Amino acid sequence: MKGCSLLSDLQPGQRATVRQLTTEGGMRRRLMDIGLREGAAVECVGRSPWGDPVAYLICGALIALRREDCAGIWIGPTDGRRSADGDAKRND
Amino acid sequence: METRSEMTNARRCAVALAGNPNVGKSTVFNALTGMRQHTGNWPGKTVSVARGACRASRHALEVIDTPGTYSLIAHSAEEETARNFICFGAPDAAIVVCDATCLERNLNLALQTMEVCPRVLICVNLMDEARKRGIHVDLDALSRALGAPVVGTAARSRSTLAPLVDTLDALLDVPARECRRVPYPAPLEAALAALEPTLRAALGGRLSARWLALRLLENDGALLGEAQEYLGADMRALPEVRAALEQARAALDAAGLTGDKLRDAVVSGLTGEAGRVCACAAVPTGQGYGPRDRRLDRLLTSRRTGYPIMLLMLAAVFYITISGANYPSELLMSAFGRVEEALRAALGALGAPAWLRGALVEGIWRVLSWVVAVMLPPMAIFFPLFALLEDSGYLPRVAYMLDRPLKRCRACGKQCLTMCMGLGCNAAGVVGCRIIDSSRERLIAILTNSLMPCNGRFPTLILLIGTFFTALPGPLGSVWAAICLTLLIAVSVAATLVASALLSRTLLKGLPSSFVLELPPYRRPQFAQAIARALMDRIVFVLGRAAAVAAPAGLFIWLMANVAPGGVSLMSRMAGALDPLARLMGLDGVILSAFILGFPANEIVLPLAVMAYLEQGSVSALSGAHAVRELLAANGWTWLTALNTMLFSLMHWPCSTTLLTISRETGSLRWTAAALALPTAMGMAVCMLTTLLMGPFVR
Repeated sequence: MKGCSLLSDLQPGQRATVRQLTTEGGMRRRLMDIGLREGAAVECVGRSPWGDPVAYLICGALIALRREDCAGIWIGPTDGRRSADGDAKRND
Repeated sequence: METRSEMTNARRCAVALAGNPNVGKSTVFNALTGMRQHTGNWPGKTVSVARGACRASRHALEVIDTPGTYSLIAHSAEEETARNFICFGAPDAAIVVCDATCLERNLNLALQTMEVCPRVLICVNLMDEARKRGIHVDLDALSRALGAPVVGTAARSRSTLAPLVDTLDALLDVPARECRRVPYPAPLEAALAALEPTLRAALGGRLSARWLALRLLENDGALLGEAQEYLGADMRALPEVRAALEQARAALDAAGLTGDKLRDAVVSGLTGEAGRVCACAAVPTGQGYGPRDRRLDRLLTSRRTGYPIMLLMLAAVFYITISGANYPSELLMSAFGRVEEALRAALGALGAPAWLRGALVEGIWRVLSWVVAVMLPPMAIFFPLFALLEDSGYLPRVAYMLDRPLKRCRACGKQCLTMCMGLGCNAAGVVGCRIIDSSRERLIAILTNSLMPCNGRFPTLILLIGTFFTALPGPLGSVWAAICLTLLIAVSVAATLVASALLSRTLLKGLPSSFVLELPPYRRPQFAQAIARALMDRIVFVLGRAAAVAAPAGLFIWLMANVAPGGVSLMSRMAGALDPLARLMGLDGVILSAFILGFPANEIVLPLAVMAYLEQGSVSALSGAHAVRELLAANGWTWLTALNTMLFSLMHWPCSTTLLTISRETGSLRWTAAALALPTAMGMAVCMLTTLLMGPFVR
């Protein structure tokens, strides 16, 4: 995806918006259940002592994710408005 | 006022308690049922379904607490339990507990529950935390937008529960209506319209037709299997249903809604509705995690300070346990010693024969009094401390920091949480492994859990550290003992990692699965309540176990020592037979026999060994911990013997309760045998190695 990076590229203190989720199957549903949907705001809060897993602020909750589990989460710069409400307009 | 007959005629209504992890669901459960229930605010604390009774003014309720889950789509055995009860347990009503500081995400589960249960009450918990962070929730607007009664609670203060019970009462009076509809994207709605009427006719009101139609389209095998069991028939087998289903699927195929895209559509329907509800009710977006939490996490989980603080915390907990338990233990031991003398005298005065005196006093009373005097004080201190740590929200951070090493061993980070549970009781730790999604990793966690010393082994370790490794008097001695105990736990953790790595390369080969862990905001633990609850739990538990296990064990060992066919006691025979093997491990026959006879419960191992030595006649009575040292030294113990005993205590077969639990959880004789063999083999190997290496250093 042009102009996008992976969630794992986010540094502590940086914010971003989820652009696309390429993870499939059960893991995809799980990530969506915890709030990682297209348009959701994410903030990288910190890394664990070994650098992995990393703690992200998603939908007001702090969630720890491993690097490889973030492999399908594409992010882009945050748009000005807060988009914590799901955008149901995108019906596919 | 209800008359007695009206109350007895009232049917007990089943109320399911559901909610995301960390929303304080268990606090609500405790407050409603008044039961002493272990609360924890990290996923997996409520792993098995707990039930409790609650009295409302018009109904008698049975509240069922389900494991925390984010959605009714189950990813682990634990989430399946929640899903199955809510969907197929036919509860009369469901209470969905939500976190006031994080409402929108919680509505995902709330809406899913409303789709399948006709009577749902939304309990917005943690209102006090929300107020502290300046978050205001308009409960009436939320109720109107959701179409369900909403009650705000701060479950820590019981007074807020009264409106909840009253609203529940009123809800149960209302006849069951149609379940709430969540609007889905147009193609999905069209497919549902094709399928729903046919299903409704076939179901006859037993289940929501719209909900089942959605599940049939999603085609989740496990869930449909449960549905089939519940309904007593497979809906797909009915010809009209099959035809309608094919038609619906064709429509979805044409619209391109298959597989992941279909599931996305379902999710978008739910999140869209959640967003609309929140917008209508002007719910502020989640701000659960605040600046104070950030500061704490920077301190507690950063690269430089995370691990040191973790080790320090553990050492601090042990220090408080050890130093706090010293005096009460001594007190109890001397008191029980006096009772022993009195008992002996009384029995003598009554003219009881020597064997009866021996069996009752030297057998039963001795072991019973030991277990209570030595085991009770440390357990009574450790458990409440641990409960405080759990309540505060620190333990998930430990799992967060230990995930990487566990992943390297191809295990799951959540295994760390089950290891912590194992520190309390290994059987509880084994049951707690249900929080691990992958069955391979779950098995690894189950098989290695008994490598973590449970509370029953702590007093043995503490006593041996105290008698053989501490020359320092007073408080310094306790500090050193705490450090030693922390080191032993580190050895246990290392052993667990090695065992996990070994298993994942041999018997349980596979790649690490996913890891998603929520780190809840730090909450100030309710000191008084947590301590009181944990204290009562432990005291009752220890006394109960003492009566059930220690007393008979004491009698048994007395018999072993005094029944002497052919002039040699059974105890001596057993110890003699085991002696060669034991010497290789740096132990002796009595110690190994004590471990074997201590199979029912770990806390009786040291008492059994001590009693066996006493029967062999070296010391007449025990007046305190220093007497134990004399006794052991007189029987050939050196610091190496103590070290090997401690190492074997960490790594040997699981106790009977744990083994039974393992066989129940795995359902397999093979894995239960592996659970028996693995720690034993490790223990034997480590002890032999230690003896080989350190042997020359012992004079």
